[in-house]
Amino acid sequence: MTAILSIRDLRKSYANGFEALKGVSLDIEEGEILALLGPNGAGKTTLISTVCGITTPSSGSVTVGGHDIQTEFRAARRMIGLVPQEIALEPFEKVWNTVRFSRGLFGHGRDNARLEEILRKLSLWDKRRNAIKELSGGMKRRVLIAKALAHEPRVLFLDEPTAGVDVELRKDMWEIVAELKQAGVTIILTTHYIEEAEAIADRVGVIDKGELLLVQDKDTLMAQMGKKQIEVMLTEPVATIPENLAEHSLVLNDAGDALIYTYDTNAERTGITTLLNDVAQAGLVLRDVQTRQSSLEEIFVNLVSGGPA
Amino acid sequence: MNWAAVAAIYRFEMARFFRTLAQSFLSPVLSTSLYFVVFGTAIGSRIQEIEGVSYGAFIVPGLIMLSVVMLSISNASFGIYFPKFLGTIYELLSAPINFIEIVIGYVGAAATKALFVGLVILVTATFFVDIRIEHPFAMAAFLILTCLSFSLLGFIVGIWAGNFEQMSLVPQLVVTPLIFLGGTFYSISMLPPLWQTITLFNPVVYLISGFRWSFYGIADVPIFWSLLAILAFTGLCLAIIGWIFKTGWRIRS
Repeated sequence: MTAILSIRDLRKSYANGFEALKGVSLDIEEGEILALLGPNGAGKTTLISTVCGITTPSSGSVTVGGHDIQTEFRAARRMIGLVPQEIALEPFEKVWNTVRFSRGLFGHGRDNARLEEILRKLSLWDKRRNAIKELSGGMKRRVLIAKALAHEPRVLFLDEPTAGVDVELRKDMWEIVAELKQAGVTIILTTHYIEEAEAIADRVGVIDKGELLLVQDKDTLMAQMGKKQIEVMLTEPVATIPENLAEHSLVLNDAGDALIYTYDTNAERTGITTLLNDVAQAGLVLRDVQTRQSSLEEIFVNLVSGGPA
Repeated sequence: MNWAAVAAIYRFEMARFFRTLAQSFLSPVLSTSLYFVVFGTAIGSRIQEIEGVSYGAFIVPGLIMLSVVMLSISNASFGIYFPKFLGTIYELLSAPINFIEIVIGYVGAAATKALFVGLVILVTATFFVDIRIEHPFAMAAFLILTCLSFSLLGFIVGIWAGNFEQMSLVPQLVVTPLIFLGGTFYSISMLPPLWQTITLFNPVVYLISGFRWSFYGIADVPIFWSLLAILAFTGLCLAIIGWIFKTGWRIRS
C-alpha cells in the first residue's frame, strides 16, 4: 500500500504560546479509513484544517499524493475534500448551485451527469432545486458531503460528520462512508463517537493535547489493548475473597455476590481454567458466568487519562 | 490560473444579484429620481448654470459616482464577509486557488453589479435632464476604474469587519462624508478659498472632477491628477489585499 497522505513533525502554535499540534507525524494509506479520536481541544480539527490549507502550520510538512501542501498547494488541494464540523452553507442558494459552485472552485468544468450521480447517491436529487434553508439538518449535512465530493477527491476529511445527528442518519452516513471506501476514496474522520470508529474505521488514531498518542489497526488495537473480564456470579454472597483465590487478583463486587477477573486475551494462558477450579475448591457455588470485552471507548479513556488500558 | 474557480465565484456572486434583480434595478432608479426631484428640480431651479451646464445635468456624474462607490463597497464587502459570517469561507481557503483568483472573482462580480447600477442611473437621468458625454472613453474608463477600485476597498472592509456593524462603519462614517463633500452636488470653485484648499485633500474630489470632465469637459482639478488619484488608490487597495492574503490577516489562523 502507498501512503497517500504523509504528515511529518507537524506543529502549530499560536501567538499566545498555545501549541495546538506538537510534532504530529502520520502516514495514511490509499483507500483506508482512519478514525481520529480525541477529546475536545485535542487538536483533531487543527490537524485537518492544516492539511486542508485553512490553517497555516508553524513547521513540519504535509504531502498529499506526493504534492507538498504549501509549495504545490493546487495539486495537493485538488485531491482533498473536506466536510467541516459545522454546517456552513449559504441559506438562500439552491442545492444544485452550491454543489456546482464547489466543483468549479476546485477547477473542474461543468459535469451535470457527475453532479446528478453524487446528489442521487446522497438522496439529494429530489431536493436539488430547494434552497438550503428549506432543508433539514440531516439534509444539510448531506449537502456538505455532496460539495466535498463534487470535485471527485481522492482523500476525504470528515470532521465529526455525525455530531448531533439522529441514529438513523448516522447509520446512513456510515453506509455512505463504506460506499466511498469501495470507490477507492481515502477517508479520515474525526469523531467523539467511539462506536463510529469501531464500526467503520480500518485504523484508529488517538490524539490528545496536540500529540498523536497512537495510530493502530483497529482490530490489533482491540486485541492488544483490549482486556477481557470474566464475572463469576455466586449463589451465596461472601464477605471477603477466599485466600486460595488471592493469586488471581480478583475484585469482589459491592454486593459480594460476584468475583471479577481481568485477563489478557493475547496471553498464552488466560488462567480461566485454574480460576474456576480454585473457585470450586473454595467451596463457592456458581450461579452464572459472564464475559465482557473492553470497548474502544475504554481504551481511549485510559489512553488520554494516562491510565492502564 | 484557475479560471474555472474565478468563474465559479463570479457566477455565484452574480446569482445573488439576479435573485434580487427587481430590487437591484428599482432601488437606484427610485433614489436617482428622488435626487432629481429634490436637488435638480426644487433646489436646482434656484441655482444658475455652472460653467454653462444646468445644475440638474451638473450633478449627474456626482450622483452616478455616489451610487457606484457605495454599491461597489457594499457589494464587495458583503460578498467576502458573508462567507466569513456563515463559515463557508473554509471552502475558499481549502480550494486550489490563490488570492488573485479570489479577488478577481469577488471584486469582478461586485464591480459588475455597481457598473450595471451606474448605467441604470445614467439612463434614468436622461429622462430628467439633457446629458452630453464629451469623452465617452474617459467616462467608461473612470466608471470602470471607480467600480473596481472601490470594490477592492469593499473587499478589504469585508475582510477587516468582525460584524455587520463594522461593515457599515467605513461606508457610512468615512466614504459618505467624503463623497458629499467631494463636489457631488457642487463645484468646489463655489466654496470659500480656505475650504477649496481643504477640499483638495479629499480624494473623492479628484474622482468626481475627472468623471464630470468626461461628461462636460469641465473639471475642478486637472484631469491628469484625477487619473493619477484613481490609479494610485487602486494600487494601494491591491497592495493591502496582497498583504492580507500573504499574512492571512483575519481570514487564516
